[in-house]
Amino acid sequence: MGSVVALIAMLMVLLSGLSVGLVNDGVSGLQRMKATSFAFQEGVAKDSAFSRSIISRDAVDVWAAQGGVAEAAPYGNTLINGRTDRGTDIDLALFGIEPDSFLAPEAASGTALTGAPDEIVLSSTAGEHGVAVGDVVTVGQTGTKLRVVGLMADQNTFGHVDVGYLPLRTWQEIRAGVRAGDQVPDRVYDEITAVAVLGQNVDLAAGDRAAGTSSMTTKESFGASPGYTAETSTLTMIQVFLYAISALVVGAFFTVLTIQRKQEISVMRAMGASTRYLLRDSLIQSLILLVVSAVIGLGLGLLMGAALATTAMPFALQASPIAVATGALLLLGMIGAAVAVVRIARVDPLTALGENR
Amino acid sequence: MTDPILVLEQATLLHGDGDSDETVTALDHVDLRIAAGEMVAVVGPSGAGKSSLLAVAGGLIQPTSGRVTVGGTELGGLSRRRLTDLRRTRIGFVFQTSNLIPALKAVDQLRLPLTFGKFTDHADPNSLLEEVGMAHKAKRRPHQLSGGERQRLGLARALVTKPQLLLVDEPTAALDRQRSQDVVALLAEETKARGIATVMVTHDHDVLHHCDRVHEMIDGRLMAPALP
Repeated sequence: MGSVVALIAMLMVLLSGLSVGLVNDGVSGLQRMKATSFAFQEGVAKDSAFSRSIISRDAVDVWAAQGGVAEAAPYGNTLINGRTDRGTDIDLALFGIEPDSFLAPEAASGTALTGAPDEIVLSSTAGEHGVAVGDVVTVGQTGTKLRVVGLMADQNTFGHVDVGYLPLRTWQEIRAGVRAGDQVPDRVYDEITAVAVLGQNVDLAAGDRAAGTSSMTTKESFGASPGYTAETSTLTMIQVFLYAISALVVGAFFTVLTIQRKQEISVMRAMGASTRYLLRDSLIQSLILLVVSAVIGLGLGLLMGAALATTAMPFALQASPIAVATGALLLLGMIGAAVAVVRIARVDPLTALGENR
Repeated sequence: MTDPILVLEQATLLHGDGDSDETVTALDHVDLRIAAGEMVAVVGPSGAGKSSLLAVAGGLIQPTSGRVTVGGTELGGLSRRRLTDLRRTRIGFVFQTSNLIPALKAVDQLRLPLTFGKFTDHADPNSLLEEVGMAHKAKRRPHQLSGGERQRLGLARALVTKPQLLLVDEPTAALDRQRSQDVVALLAEETKARGIATVMVTHDHDVLHHCDRVHEMIDGRLMAPALP
């Protein structure tokens, strides 16, 4: 039974690592942005706002004038397929920004965006996918060539794809499908995905009324990135079931243990042990067993997790979700044990005197 | 004569038969008085009510009618909690198969009852082990002990709380002849030395000479005492 609890604790660690990893993979590019909220096209579908929304960049100025808004900047988001000049295929989430806005990324290696139209700064994970500073990425859809000038310090991914920051104008051309030498209509340079807003206590509803947009906080916008809601709700469901199963398993175990100890308990009762004493005694035993097994499972899970984190699997260990999972396992285990232990109150001390009464 | 430790007056116990609706008379108007330092044996066929006698005397079950008094306290009308307290502080049980806790070392078997609550007075587990000749096995667990050793340990465990009344259920059931003699002799010795009132239920007629009185029990009735 200790091993069952240990295995459940291990599974909890792995699941928590997987869900953190998936969240990172899905929205770390958004999490690392300084923006506090995004204003999308009015009435856009909430679950796919990043790919569907198109607004005029006039909205940026309207938002910048709103109370509480420190900064507002145009933001473009589009997914593309690319290939480097060394023949590496790479999918990218292109974030179009103005290099002098608050959205501009810092580069850990190479340089940041300087304003030249063909520059791109990529997520650190692009390095793991075989892209290096100095490579030239050709956008599959338009043939646009982008020079990789820098890599960021952290993972910046969006919808399981590496993020690349590039100048807004270049982004607008790529999104509109403009090839080199094409005539570009003016409206292309007016279209952006959203206004990125930075500010405390911004009245989003008022801003939306003024600018004719639909805004979400950055956290809410996670749900608008591809697959995010489906993935996280699936994992949450698995975790909830795991908690329920662990409570039942622990409860069932202590039921069996109590039945096995019936003779022993009846003897202690005959000798004058109170029900309270026996309940406390059993609960302390359960707690020790749970804690020891959970710690063993946690250790194994962390070891395995550390091994998994080096693979391509989206996996990241974070202290707080693991602490919450362990806490839930212990709490539900104790509830299971408590339910089982109530049987102790019904053990008859007469049993101690044997059969021949 | 000092006041008796255990008094049963017209104690009657009826309980349902598992197979039918009939009630079975386990105890039929039993009268019994046992003084401090006295050891009384109860013999009789299986099902005669010997264990019921122990259960009623030990407050494990309330008689259907009649009175039970232990050390001057009448058990009738005591709450379950008070009864538990009384068993803890005044009554010692020795069971048929010793019923030790499998996981505990010998010396911890003796410490266990002392954790059940506060005691104004109790024996020292180590010197008690010495007294029953088990000091050299203090670190052993029950499965590492012989039947006789287990029964000595069971006796020591009952004595550690310094009870007034000792209730002993078939102490020699699992023992050979020589070990039975030794264990019952020890029981008689402790009864005298500590001034305890002891009731021993047994099938074993060879150990009766250690007792002060012997009662036979038939169909729930306790017969007049015979000398051993």
